[in-house]
Amino acid sequence: MAEILASVIDGVLIGAVYGLAAMGLTLIWGVMNVINLSHGAIIVFGMFALYSLSPMLGLNPYAALPIGVVIGFVAGMLLYWVAVHRVIGRPPLMSLLSTFAVNMVLIGLGTAFWSTSPYNVPVWLPSVSWQGYTYTGTHIMAAVLAAVIAGLLYLLLYRTRIGKAIRAVSANRAAAELSGIPTTQMLALSFGLGVTLAFASGMLIATLFPFTVLSGGAYQLKSFVVTVLGGLGNPAGALLGGIFLGLIEGVATPFMPVSWMPMIEFTLFVIVLIAFPRGIFSYSRT
Amino acid sequence: MISVRLSSFRPFPWLILIVTAAFALVPWWTDNVTWRENLILAALDITLASNLNLMLGYAGYVNFGNIVMFGLGGYIGVYLVSVWHWPLLGATLAGAIAVSIIAYLFGLGVLRLRGAYFALATIGVNEAVSVFVTNFEPWGGATGLYLSLGAYAPLGGPGRALWIVYFLMVAVMGLSLALSYAIRHSKFGLGLLAIGENEDAAATLGVPTRIYKAMVYSVSAFLPAIAGGLYFFKSGIIEPSGAFDLTTSIEAIVMVMLGGQGTVAGPAIGAFLYEELRGYLLTAQTFSHFQLVVAGLLLLVIVLFAPGGLLGFVHQKLPFTRRWLE
Repeated sequence: MAEILASVIDGVLIGAVYGLAAMGLTLIWGVMNVINLSHGAIIVFGMFALYSLSPMLGLNPYAALPIGVVIGFVAGMLLYWVAVHRVIGRPPLMSLLSTFAVNMVLIGLGTAFWSTSPYNVPVWLPSVSWQGYTYTGTHIMAAVLAAVIAGLLYLLLYRTRIGKAIRAVSANRAAAELSGIPTTQMLALSFGLGVTLAFASGMLIATLFPFTVLSGGAYQLKSFVVTVLGGLGNPAGALLGGIFLGLIEGVATPFMPVSWMPMIEFTLFVIVLIAFPRGIFSYSRT
Repeated sequence: MISVRLSSFRPFPWLILIVTAAFALVPWWTDNVTWRENLILAALDITLASNLNLMLGYAGYVNFGNIVMFGLGGYIGVYLVSVWHWPLLGATLAGAIAVSIIAYLFGLGVLRLRGAYFALATIGVNEAVSVFVTNFEPWGGATGLYLSLGAYAPLGGPGRALWIVYFLMVAVMGLSLALSYAIRHSKFGLGLLAIGENEDAAATLGVPTRIYKAMVYSVSAFLPAIAGGLYFFKSGIIEPSGAFDLTTSIEAIVMVMLGGQGTVAGPAIGAFLYEELRGYLLTAQTFSHFQLVVAGLLLLVIVLFAPGGLLGFVHQKLPFTRRWLE
């Protein structure tokens, strides 16, 4: 029993980081109806940003996080103007393809620079022992930071004028434009924020596990599962969905081979998409 | 009177026949193995792109997992040949029929989703099948299945088998183009195009959208599954990472977009050009690491500035070409 509790706790800790990654995806989807297929590549660039800042430049990995947030935001705004702005309001095929094209370019560049061999960022934090089980310090730290970033996003969206404008654009772009909100800037800002969240989650994941240029695919798919669980376009649902996915992983791992895990996730994903297209954690909107 | 007869003359089916014949005969007459190896990849790509276009171009459904049918067809084909010692044709046909049935049943469920939701689900399907096969021991798990040299003996040894597989692949390519043309000019095709324009309006006007969507999902799986059987029989090895490679799926989408989605000839032209471009990039020293970057930039430019693709552009500038290159 205590063993299951330990895996539940570890699952929740990792799930918070999955939730953070998925919040980036779901924010962009909610505001501009764009599914960002370059999400995984951005997570990978977050990982390598941490690798360049921390072991190579000698910064403390957690001190590198704010720098990464700024880089992610600038890169996200840039991406919006290059690849997304022209496809807003066109059929979903176009935005899917343009963001996927960005994904290919980023992965291609990443492979050329870093090849596909594994990297890791050495982080040392004291572990916490509780009831005979040890919890890694980095996992706790990552979960806490993910929760802090999620909290900051909540404050931004619900306690500031800019957040109100973003939510207005999300609800009805034409009406927001008529009320004098510069909607295009809000779209660019939301895309920048979404990319920042993905970038930050990549940096946090890099403190937990080794990674390669191609790791993004797996995390992108997890983000999709989480997003769909939490309801597309719902940031709070994404965090819950992430924790739920972490829980499933944590509880299932002792009982079955790890290699079957993705199969369960994707089956869950497709079933939830078909049966609950609004997610199982989404509040009912009329 | 002559003008009426002229306008009812459709040059395009003859063009399909000529291109297919040229594919089959040129390497055979010149006995050029390099061309054969080059053209079999082009024929495979044209098959994949042309069948993907049935969903993407006609019905407007983005299928990121189109490669899953190719991979499954390959697995069933290779399994039947290597373990049960079926003849090649029987094995690939059985694989394709099985895959089409699976696709139809799948389509009835997954195609309840629309737009971006469907696109996401297809990624999920591809990954789920890939993980399943990786863990499925009868199919060799992660190491996959191998064919012994003896498997080629019924076709008269490996040397002759390569030619036979080549001709079969070219035939599959020709059939794909003919299928695409036939659907385009049928009531079924009209229904699909209507779904692509506005699904709700199509349903209101009496198009059985659910059945049509599942049918096109199933039909577009058949020939790629045969191509999968042939391709992996030729390779002699099949493994999950090669059979369900998401990148190949996306490359097929790039081909369709490059040539012009929704047309018959466009995807084929796009596939041929892309295959030649990829061959060039792989051999050119400076570009071999940047193949993905170039393909990505190409896709981005098409999507942003020329969503009609190459053929869409030509049709717009030179309207008379619409009759010759449909």
